[in-house]
Amino acid sequence: MEKEIQKKLTIKQIIDENYKTKTFLFNENIDIKPGQFIMLWLPSIDEKPFSLSYKNPAAVTVELKGNFTKELFKLKQGDNLFYRGPFGNGFTAYSKKAIVIAGGMGLAGVSLLVESLKDPIVIFGAKQKKDLFFTERFKMDICTDDNSIGYKGFATERLKEILKQEKYDIIYTCGPEIMMKTVFDIAEKYKIKCEASLERFMRCGIGVCGSCACRDKLVCKDGPVFSSDDLREMKDFGRYAMLKNGRKTSLQEYHKWRS
Amino acid sequence: MLDLSTSIAGVKLKNPTILSSGIFGTSSELIKRAFENNAGAATIKSIGPVPREGNNNPSVIDFGHGLLNAVGLPSPGYKNMDMEFNELSKIKEPVIWSIYGSRIEDYVEITENIIKYNPKIIELNISCPNKENGMLFSQDKECAADVTKAVKNAANDVVIIPKLSPNVANIAEIAYACEKAGADAINAINTVQGMVINIDAKKPVLHYKKGGMSGPAIRPVAVRCVYDIYEKVSIPIIGTGGIMNGRDAIEMIQAGASAVGIGSAVYYCGIGVFGSIVNEIKEWMQENNYNSIKEFIGIAHK
Repeated sequence: MEKEIQKKLTIKQIIDENYKTKTFLFNENIDIKPGQFIMLWLPSIDEKPFSLSYKNPAAVTVELKGNFTKELFKLKQGDNLFYRGPFGNGFTAYSKKAIVIAGGMGLAGVSLLVESLKDPIVIFGAKQKKDLFFTERFKMDICTDDNSIGYKGFATERLKEILKQEKYDIIYTCGPEIMMKTVFDIAEKYKIKCEASLERFMRCGIGVCGSCACRDKLVCKDGPVFSSDDLREMKDFGRYAMLKNGRKTSLQEYHKWRS
Repeated sequence: MLDLSTSIAGVKLKNPTILSSGIFGTSSELIKRAFENNAGAATIKSIGPVPREGNNNPSVIDFGHGLLNAVGLPSPGYKNMDMEFNELSKIKEPVIWSIYGSRIEDYVEITENIIKYNPKIIELNISCPNKENGMLFSQDKECAADVTKAVKNAANDVVIIPKLSPNVANIAEIAYACEKAGADAINAINTVQGMVINIDAKKPVLHYKKGGMSGPAIRPVAVRCVYDIYEKVSIPIIGTGGIMNGRDAIEMIQAGASAVGIGSAVYYCGIGVFGSIVNEIKEWMQENNYNSIKEFIGIAHK
């Protein structure tokens, strides 16, 4: 009950990560597990789900994208915003040999996870060099789609190379769903456990409204992190998602609306 | 042998629990999940006449004693839902098709277009702010009766259930008007109008500002409404509002309900709540020597 009441956050510091990405550090700590999310509220604007990129104190790392982030980017040090949560199920942190593969802003979603694992391999795929962030923070295998820096080619190709050389116990992934679907297929082929953090348009965040349905699963409540056993059954994973009005559509059309 | 079954205007339910409209029923797969978790019937998210996005967030909030929501009736619009309707029509258990509109013609048009999928039950959502002037159809007995009559004419022998708002002076009169207009059953109640303000933000917590309350806080309101309606009508009643466990369900049945709507309890207790309510009703019936639900429907009136 306590976690449902929107609480105040005060911005302590704003860090420019790259030309379109900022980290907002707050004064407050939030007790959250890697993979869980909070609902961030800008009064009179909207309320959206975010994972934390730092924990003590809490921070979110955000890409300038739509109306909500445009308004968020206008805030200054000392300004207030609000949140409820944390919600959802996070990653299972195994003390085993792990690979974390993130695409774009997905890296913010796995930051707490990476910090909780012992020497994981981290693969970070981005469109181009200028989209990178956290390059000082984590030791990563960087891949860019335009070959402007790092490994030439997709992050999923790098994943395959690594798996050919050595055995791993688990693959965690967060990023564009097309990438995560490929990661999952590779994990299945190599018979390695996989956990993926899914994104859907969310309203309530608490498993009531059904806006974020992926097949018979609610991404906010049953997820957002799903294991291989779930993903195998979720036939909409990598294929379909629902628009704000509830119409199920192709992932391509969904992403067109979201971008 | 304990008989947990009940019936709503000839449609048999294996137990009296019904997933309420607007609670995760956005797809046929989720409706199936409700049945897998022992729901006696399940209501789909209300279908609208045209595509509609609904309100911005926050649209659902736990205020400490219940939920407050103003989701804003998002719908793909019935014309974009053929695939979903096809899947729903394949489900053997009783699916309740909820519909809404801003004019009587909307309800008729949707009904005419969904009857080819052979719905067993159509619920008329006339208790969300869906009229063109922001009023509810169920806040005026003539309006409520007119919608009911028009849909009944268009729907042949499909069971028609108007869902009523408690935000009225006399809900029993409105239920009575619906019965006279041909309603086969009544669902009461929809949410109770309310508002919560976040004092630090100095703003209402919902983007839409005002919303509808559900959950434990409204149960006494719902019980009173069902009690009043039972005195006035002879058609079955689905009692909805704040039911969290078997005892709450039994209370509603004793007030006059033939079946009970389960909504916010899914948030509080998880999707297993249908099964646990059914088990608790069963235990109570054993302890009190009842063999069937029918034996104690409306018993509190005696």
